[in-house]
Amino acid sequence: MNDLRDLYQEVILDHNKRPRNFRVLPQPTHHADGVNPLCGDRVSVFLDIEEGVIRDISFQGAGCAISSASASLMTEALKGKPVNEIEHLFEAFHTVVTSNAECPKGLGKLSVLAGVRDYPSRVKCATLAWHAVRAALEQHKQPVATE
Amino acid sequence: MSALPAFTNAPAENTELDLTGIRADFPILRQRIHGKPLVYLDNAASVQKPKVVIDAISECYSSYYANIHRGVHLLSERSTMAYERTREKVRAFLNAASIQEIIFTRGTTESINLVASSFGGSTVKAGDEIVITGMEHHSNIVPWQLLCERTGAVLKAAPFTDAGELILEEYERLLNSGRVKLAAFVHISNALGTINPVKTMVDLARARSIPTLIDGAQSVAHLTVDVRDLDCDFYAFSGHKIYGPSGVGVLYGKQSLLEAMPPYQGGGDMISLVTFEKTEYADLPNKFEAGTPNIAGVIGLGAALDWLSALGLDTVAAHERLLLDYATAQLLEIPGLSIMGTAQQKAALVAFTLQGIHPHDIGTILDREGVAIRAGHHCAQPVMQRYGVPATARASFAVYNTRDEVDALVKALWKVKELFA
Repeated sequence: MNDLRDLYQEVILDHNKRPRNFRVLPQPTHHADGVNPLCGDRVSVFLDIEEGVIRDISFQGAGCAISSASASLMTEALKGKPVNEIEHLFEAFHTVVTSNAECPKGLGKLSVLAGVRDYPSRVKCATLAWHAVRAALEQHKQPVATE
Repeated sequence: MSALPAFTNAPAENTELDLTGIRADFPILRQRIHGKPLVYLDNAASVQKPKVVIDAISECYSSYYANIHRGVHLLSERSTMAYERTREKVRAFLNAASIQEIIFTRGTTESINLVASSFGGSTVKAGDEIVITGMEHHSNIVPWQLLCERTGAVLKAAPFTDAGELILEEYERLLNSGRVKLAAFVHISNALGTINPVKTMVDLARARSIPTLIDGAQSVAHLTVDVRDLDCDFYAFSGHKIYGPSGVGVLYGKQSLLEAMPPYQGGGDMISLVTFEKTEYADLPNKFEAGTPNIAGVIGLGAALDWLSALGLDTVAAHERLLLDYATAQLLEIPGLSIMGTAQQKAALVAFTLQGIHPHDIGTILDREGVAIRAGHHCAQPVMQRYGVPATARASFAVYNTRDEVDALVKALWKVKELFA
């Protein structure tokens, strides 16, 4: 049970139960859907970007605790950030959930997902919402897939 | 780990089933996962292999392997004999009329694709209809969709009830259009466990001269299949779900249909004469077995059928029925757990959801307790859509599973609830 607590930390369980920014933005400047064909999970992300800054960001969808919490934590982390910082943050986050490298600085609460690195089959759950944000910025018409 | 004890308090009719002996046939079951005894309950995805199957494949490669059907040397003759002996074993297992009707493929998926491509491609035209059910695996949906795209035919799916039972009247109504060229349906649903009334379904189609294909991937390891009694035109199954290796499967087809059908793939072993002007195809079954097949895999499948037949499908079915009843009762004790698929006629698998907890999280936590289940859409997304869930957790049983393993599953599910409390 203890090693499971490394994955399912309190912050994750809390964000799963009470996801933040879990709504549809009425007039987003950017929007995309992400789907994980492995499990059928879906997430939609909405962004409101003004002058290169993310003024608002939200998500909707159904997924496991890891994907829901990751999406919720992502929206908190990205709100107010300049768009050009997203890629850097995603790279740092990806490193945290896929390798045993030391946690890069500046990830804040996102680092609670580091436990995912011990569960390779769950990495795609943790990165689904990030892939969707990337697709939204690239204005993909088709839902982006993790596979 | 020592083998798990056999039934405690086992009902009288089952005391003769020596589970310790059966489990001892499966080397893979003697291991620990994350420090816990392996409880393998993902048998509907793929079942584990008894030692006789592993040995048969190993013996083929280490003592008599060569290519089949063409060598004049001893090893080729021995391999050919072992390969063809399996064809006779499959014939007997399905009670087919002739070995000409047994085609080896890569699995159920390829068997269905063969029929869609060869039979469908040569008989289905624009405006025709193919009837399936709403509870099909993707492998009995997508090949027909591809056929419909190519030909302009239309795919129709017969609905099922909340319990997961096919609505026979709706199925019959779909057959009545006068445009149906084939009815293709699953014997046992991998997502719900429903055992469909396939004999009735074949009869209803036959009364309208509509050929039938049965997807038997989930059934052959759990109940006796007699294709002549069913009177179906095609029956497909996979080796890896019947204690044999993956990468090998079977298509049974009625000889008259198979003879009329064009080849599925071209190549070696499926011809009788090739010139650059014209090629004459080989007779059945070789016409449908282009290229060097999975020789050792077919031989392994033969060993699996021997092993299963010696045990007896009636014995298997009786044991699995007890496991299903026990598991269903125990799981329903867990608050917030709902079972999807409650058909009267049901195979030994339980698909379920836990309120507020995603099946993927259930699967991960159970794995840490040594319990292997499947979490996801089970390649049956229309079934998930029917119930409005993205996914389910599924525990599926084989003859080697025990009541203690059901208890381990239930105990692990309580841990899931504790963690997510």
